[in-house]
Amino acid sequence: MVQPLPTRLQETPSQTAGPYVHIGLIPHQAGFDIFETNFTNVLAGPETKGERIRIEGRVFDGAGSLVRDAFIEIWQANAAGRYNHPADRQEGKPLDGTFRGWGRTGSDFDTGLWFFETVKPGPVEGRKGHRPMAPHINLWIAARGINIGLQTRLYFADEAEANADDPVLNLVERGPLRDSLLARREERDGTVVYVFDIYLQGPNETVFFDV
Amino acid sequence: MTQADSEFLQRDRSIHPPAFTPDYKTSVLRSPRRAMLSLQSSLSEVTGPTFGHSELGPLDNDLILNYAREGEPIGERIFVHGHVRDENGRGIPHTLVEFWQANAGGRYRHRNDRYLAPIDPNFGGCGRTITDENGFYYFRTIKPGPYPWRNFLNSWRPAHIHFSVFGTGFAQRLITQMYFEGDPLIWRDPMVLGIPDRSAAERLIAPLDLGAAVPLDMLAYKFDIVLRGRQQTLFENKLQGN
Ligand SMILES: [Fe+2]
Repeated sequence: MVQPLPTRLQETPSQTAGPYVHIGLIPHQAGFDIFETNFTNVLAGPETKGERIRIEGRVFDGAGSLVRDAFIEIWQANAAGRYNHPADRQEGKPLDGTFRGWGRTGSDFDTGLWFFETVKPGPVEGRKGHRPMAPHINLWIAARGINIGLQTRLYFADEAEANADDPVLNLVERGPLRDSLLARREERDGTVVYVFDIYLQGPNETVFFDV
Repeated sequence: MTQADSEFLQRDRSIHPPAFTPDYKTSVLRSPRRAMLSLQSSLSEVTGPTFGHSELGPLDNDLILNYAREGEPIGERIFVHGHVRDENGRGIPHTLVEFWQANAGGRYRHRNDRYLAPIDPNFGGCGRTITDENGFYYFRTIKPGPYPWRNFLNSWRPAHIHFSVFGTGFAQRLITQMYFEGDPLIWRDPMVLGIPDRSAAERLIAPLDLGAAVPLDMLAYKFDIVLRGRQQTLFENKLQGN
């Protein structure tokens, strides 16, 4: 016999968000209005510092069909590369009081398109002893048929130099796998748009992280 | 660096449903097949959004009244309460908890729900609250009904309330479902049965809590939620350089 290890609590098991996730988290998309304050896909206010960007994409299943009922949240640093959270104590990077850095939305029921209006994040300090992380946005995807939320990161294809040094991207095999994490830049009527499609399964399957 | 923002313990995936659970048919084409890439925590994972009480309305945690129009909703009035803790056993204060559900007849107020049970004109079916300084939360609602769904021909979901929880770091983000003690549909449900560890699945079943019931008014159910824990080491495991 050995001494028993102290018991920890165990995490509550995940369950799918189901087809009606919109009711709870984005009720306008379910078709009704109930809360005074709603959480939205617009992260940047008029006073927010940084380059305005729109990020958008679609989610595809293993048959190549659009997932029209996906739910997506993003979490990101501000334009200076600072997270609006007490655990981020990076020096010389001011907080932006107008920017929480978080938003949520659902794929459009017809087109499957989702989008956020935000600012481009700055680079964030890496783990101790590692290079800084290139600008990136953390994504979390839930939906009917997804049993546990999927985590991935959106990196910016036009940040080639920073991306080449990024400690997370460098864990991913160069080629299509790494490319699945890069959003491509477009300009439409003066708006900077980054396009990031997510493939849940199949030959183009997006890299998901066990964080 | 304090304990509250150190690295996360590795997630124990054996207590969660895997991505591919063929008896839940929609998972078949929506399940990633490649191995996930394991990441050590960085600032991107140990941080996460924070929410203030001022963002919520006074009735946001009262589903009996938050959509009441000409009267109150039909059904069993219930009180749901519990703690949000991490695997280290610490209550998680001031974190956002959101919930949504069908009405007493098993119908959702959602444009895509076409079940023949009627919409309740006085019931929205969603709410939210922020835990107190000890991680405690509560809300009152109407007990949801079971409903049929297109999986097998005769598939019925047990009565359930969907929950969304944040914690303090984005890696703790969790969506789950709460079931009700004694429901005979629970152990026939492909979503519940998708959890490989039966004792883990049992932790999704809220017991009837007569002690918390309000006499002559409503019954109570207790649902505690555990989010991922953090590494505790005497040798500081510094994420940041300074
Ligand atoms: Fe449901």
